[in-house]
Amino acid sequence: MPWRRASKVAAIAVVVACTFGVRAQQGVTGKPAPNFSRVALDGKTVRLGDYRGRVVLLNFWATWCAPCQAELPHFAKWQRKYGAQGLQVIAVSMDDAPAAPYALVRKIRPGYPVVMGDDALGTLYGGILGLPVTFLIARDGSVVERVEGETDLITLEMRVAKLLAR
Amino acid sequence: MPSIRLFICACAFLALIAGQSANAQFGQPESGAVSALTIPQEKTIQIDTLNQLLKSGGEKPVILQVGSHVMFTQAHIPGALYAGPGSDAEGQHLLHMRVVNLQKNTMIVIYCGCCPWNRCPNVGPAYAHLMHMGFTNVKVLYIGNNFGADWVGKGYAVEKGE
Repeated sequence: MPWRRASKVAAIAVVVACTFGVRAQQGVTGKPAPNFSRVALDGKTVRLGDYRGRVVLLNFWATWCAPCQAELPHFAKWQRKYGAQGLQVIAVSMDDAPAAPYALVRKIRPGYPVVMGDDALGTLYGGILGLPVTFLIARDGSVVERVEGETDLITLEMRVAKLLAR
Repeated sequence: MPSIRLFICACAFLALIAGQSANAQFGQPESGAVSALTIPQEKTIQIDTLNQLLKSGGEKPVILQVGSHVMFTQAHIPGALYAGPGSDAEGQHLLHMRVVNLQKNTMIVIYCGCCPWNRCPNVGPAYAHLMHMGFTNVKVLYIGNNFGADWVGKGYAVEKGE
């Protein structure tokens, strides 16, 4: 009989895990950044692991997201300003189709790779269920911070500079 | 001078015709101008209220997510259907097809949660579209920050996938 009780408990645990799975996956901060490989909109392959040794600003955004649009020129500027010191901005578009981000990237030429995201990549990073979301990844590949929503860009730039100085 | 006036009138007429034909496909208002802030407060429903409604034994509303499909597949309200982003014509077409056979007094709850309420491009046009179709019992789920923070982060149940 104990095994029947154990199997019931296990079944309940599976249901609970599935129901709250998204919530449970939300903790990538302080852990190694989940690796991924995607073909960017410019046709080049982006592998996050290749940027070990650099500080990575990983920005999840979408063309329909107004706060995201406000951040883009700043991230492009930071890429130019801090690129030589080791900053690499990587953008992940959470648009449902590549046409709109492709057109925008061709227009503004941000100077950093833009890849298409999906639910798998979103889940890998703890669920991207609101935009923008930006991760700061240290030179050792660990996620230092998850920044959600409209953020104070001056403070964020200071954090980037601090990570670059490490 | 009369020829200039005639030219301006002709341009205005053509612009009007072009605008109307663009919106005529589904008969909806221009989406870009419809902010979530235009939704009357009494037509919104709070997260706690919806959860109580879902837990009660009463009739459940039709819940439609009118935002990003990538976000829908990551997590959505149990039982919700994907209805396309309210901010574009394709999304409004999908929304139209989701509800076209429903009774006009069906309780419909729409939500997005892609961005903070005042920046959401989707719920305003979707609400306006449903009003235009004659639905009388539409509520818009008020999500102040985003779906991740206000629903998932507070431990409310979700489903994943299509």
